[in-house]
Amino acid sequence: MKRSEREQEFSRRVISRRGLFLGALQVGVAGTLFWRLHDMQLNQSEQFHLLAEENRINLRLLPPTRGLILDRNGILLAGNEQNYRVVIKRDDAGDIDLVLERLSRLIPLSQEDIERARRDMLRNRPFVPVTVAERLSWEEISRVASNAPALPGVTPEMGLSRYYPLHEDTAHVVGYVGPVSERDLEALEAPDPVLMIPRFQIGKSGVERMQEDRLRGRAGSQRVEVNSVGRVMRELDRVEGTPGGNVHMTLDARLQNYTLERLHGQSAAAVVLDVESGDILALASGPSFDPNLFVRGISSTDFNGLLENQYRPLVNKTVQGMYPPGSTFKMVTALAALEAGVTDGQERVFCPGHMDVSGNRFHCWKRGGHGRVDLVSALSESCDVYMYEMAQRCGIERINAMSTRLGLGIRYDLPITSVAGGLNPTREWKRNNRNSEWRIGDTVNASIGQGFVLTTPLQLAVMTARLASNKAILPRLVRDPAERAIQEAASLDLRPEWLRMIRRGMSDTVNDRRGTAYSSRVVAEDQLMAGKTGTSQVFSITRAERDAGVRRQEDLPWNRRNHGLFVNFAPIDAPRIAVAVVVEHGGGGSSAAAPIGRDITLAALNNGVPPLSAYPAPQRNRIHSEQQEMLERLRKPEDMRISRA
Amino acid sequence: MSYLEYNTKRMPAGLAKVLYLNWPLVALLIAVGCYGFVMLYSIAGGSLYPWADPQMKRFAFGLGVMFIVAFIPLWFWRSIAGLGYVVAVLLLLGVEFFGSVGMGAKRWLELGPFRLQPSELAKITTVMALAAYYDWLDLKKVSHPFWVVLAAVIALLPALLVLRQPDLGTALLVALGGGVVIFAAGVHWGYFAALIGSGVALVTTVMSSRGTDWQLLKDYQFRRIDAFLDPSLDPLGAGYHINQSMIALGSGGWSGRGFMEGTQARLNFLPEKHTDFIFTTLAEEFGFVGASSLLVLYLMLIAVCLLTALRTTNRFAALMVMGIVGTFFLYFAVNMAMVMGLAPVVGVPLPLVSYGGSAMVVIMVGFGLVQSAHIHRARLPS
Repeated sequence: MKRSEREQEFSRRVISRRGLFLGALQVGVAGTLFWRLHDMQLNQSEQFHLLAEENRINLRLLPPTRGLILDRNGILLAGNEQNYRVVIKRDDAGDIDLVLERLSRLIPLSQEDIERARRDMLRNRPFVPVTVAERLSWEEISRVASNAPALPGVTPEMGLSRYYPLHEDTAHVVGYVGPVSERDLEALEAPDPVLMIPRFQIGKSGVERMQEDRLRGRAGSQRVEVNSVGRVMRELDRVEGTPGGNVHMTLDARLQNYTLERLHGQSAAAVVLDVESGDILALASGPSFDPNLFVRGISSTDFNGLLENQYRPLVNKTVQGMYPPGSTFKMVTALAALEAGVTDGQERVFCPGHMDVSGNRFHCWKRGGHGRVDLVSALSESCDVYMYEMAQRCGIERINAMSTRLGLGIRYDLPITSVAGGLNPTREWKRNNRNSEWRIGDTVNASIGQGFVLTTPLQLAVMTARLASNKAILPRLVRDPAERAIQEAASLDLRPEWLRMIRRGMSDTVNDRRGTAYSSRVVAEDQLMAGKTGTSQVFSITRAERDAGVRRQEDLPWNRRNHGLFVNFAPIDAPRIAVAVVVEHGGGGSSAAAPIGRDITLAALNNGVPPLSAYPAPQRNRIHSEQQEMLERLRKPEDMRISRA
Repeated sequence: MSYLEYNTKRMPAGLAKVLYLNWPLVALLIAVGCYGFVMLYSIAGGSLYPWADPQMKRFAFGLGVMFIVAFIPLWFWRSIAGLGYVVAVLLLLGVEFFGSVGMGAKRWLELGPFRLQPSELAKITTVMALAAYYDWLDLKKVSHPFWVVLAAVIALLPALLVLRQPDLGTALLVALGGGVVIFAAGVHWGYFAALIGSGVALVTTVMSSRGTDWQLLKDYQFRRIDAFLDPSLDPLGAGYHINQSMIALGSGGWSGRGFMEGTQARLNFLPEKHTDFIFTTLAEEFGFVGASSLLVLYLMLIAVCLLTALRTTNRFAALMVMGIVGTFFLYFAVNMAMVMGLAPVVGVPLPLVSYGGSAMVVIMVGFGLVQSAHIHRARLPS
């Protein structure tokens, strides 16, 4: 439109005015921006700088490598193995069910695994990785890796995991590790931050638990630069951690394997001690279990199977199981009597097959009686009446004192869980726990290791070793690498002539035709052993049962049969090892326990399966077939890896 | 203005126009563009690809377009302003109906080998149309309600179409760009006062109705507004980007962390670091010095253009330049306010610096129009 000069002038004036106003407005806004920039970049710069560093730098703990557990010859009992696993993150996965379904077509996943993974994922925050499957083979992990595009949120990972190459052999001693639980953390005063690493493993039982501090090591740390999704871009610096220290056990893995296999099919326990040093060479509790199951997270079916087994595989019977020692206790009574001076040992006591004490009749196991017995024959033929007599003469206090001196009733400080103390019953104990006064009958019962007396197989082995060495040896399970020489154990100060009689009695038990363990004798001259059988009653046979004709142990249900016990040391002339065997509900000491004790003794002395020549000629055929059968089950030497560490 | 009004004797013609270009403006544009190249090179980890090299080519292309637009006489632009506006609206309608069918993204139209973003075009055409409208309109009718409403319709129609795409940022720029022209044309203050007043009143009423019996919006709608206004309420969702952006910006300090040393950008904590959040990276790596110098450059650009608008006697040219400059200002002001946490996150790039072709070319066309107005300004008789 054509405008007049005046109109044009007016338009220009309006536009100039408005334009300047707009310009001023813009300068104002720009000023605000400028001020904000100034404020953020100059006044609050440090604060933001800190935030940026926090964003960028991630401190990661490097889990230390757990120390190894080795036997006395360096054979690996617990080590670490490469473990390929698959983890999944909920927020990256999207449709969890779909991803898990696809995953289950690539790797073997049970319904239980899938359920557990789903449960873990829902319990944790969405960005926490959850382990779906562990211990995958290389092929399986490659399949997962190559199908990664179809599996969002799924990452294959590699780490170290605990492994027990000897499986059930040392389960009760070495124990096992497992993921850190809330309870583990609560039990610690200031938990090591390394325990917070997901999937970190902590000792749950046995040496793994008791030596946790030594085995764990110290975590290293790594400062890494991460991007917004947490992916590591580069490492800034790294402080190496200290790997855990190795634990050297006194166990002999091969003997341990033999011992456990020898207990096969029984609910039993056996201990082999070095009589000079107290080193525990074998500590076997049968049946055992595979600790690797626990590391992987045992399935409820497997766990219930272990719990419901009437042979109680989870219990370490060698130190946890408390049994009436039965006749294996007779050395204690005899020594107590000798020390009290109530007999010289040559004195003969008449055994008519029973003894009446304050109105009660106490039977000898031999109904017809032993006739006249001295101390040696009372031991070798296991006469009860002789012990009843001696116990009444010297009293329960002296018996208890001797029992303690020989290592019974003492809770040994071993680095394994649930070590029991056994029981040397005293008058005070009965008053407090049974609410009644001590009676003479209690002393009589105690004299033959019945009544209230309770011992563990380990204690019986210690007792035997002390009798063999006359030293107050203490059982050792772990060798301290700092300790150069073995500390010489203090002397027991038992008179040699007393011990000579006791050892003679034990020798006759095995080697004399009338001894209770004669059928379990050794004929190799340099490996002769001395021992003592024991049969401890669990339940008395009731009158009704006797009337019904139950005479033999085999006729009773398993869990009402007597425990069979046997203790021995060998060789007689220069004792090296002491053995204690308890066969739960085995029937009798001479039939159930003594043959096991002999085999273990010979295996320990011969460093392997005993030669047939050590056995009496008539038994060799049977022993041979037993050995053949056992060889199938024994671990092959190549399975026992000597660790370089 | 018609060709007859053109005082051809006083107008530069042919190649002589080159001498009459606003060269300071060209220099400023190149300077700002260089900020973009440097940052894109840095964000790519010290590489011309994938961003810096295409950006430089587009910038060169944009400069060429600017020169062509600048050399075309202003009366031509004046006479096609209406047509351009109609075409832009039709294209926006085309996006509405065909855009989603063709591409899935609703902002683009596929035209042969070109991908056209009509909303970018609408920013220029709306300003041009309004400038032409006020050039045509009798000065006495400028503040007449009917003509004011008509102008508002011209500004809001494309804005609403863009909003439907949905692209809040661009819609805002289109509407406000139009608003600048309407304001500059001399529409009575009262209208603006009333608009702002009623806007404030509306917002106040709605917000104060919250929790009362006569609540005007549903609860979830209020919560959405809260999250929009204060992203820190949702630190891992909408607020995450803003928080990270502020961390990056603040950690720059006085002189920055150094070229290619910005950890926030390089480690991907920043979203859209090569487009909407490029200013953050600049502020992180070059600090207050780098960020404020860019702000100063922008202001100088604005000042140079405003000067052109004030020096011309041509009403169309003055209004158009002011509209373009206003839009340009809103561009970077909204972007900067957004990355500094002063404004809600709306997708507005930093003009001439952010990576992106369509926006760059449109901005260059805009400055071409400013240049054209400068070259062909009706000079006062000396």
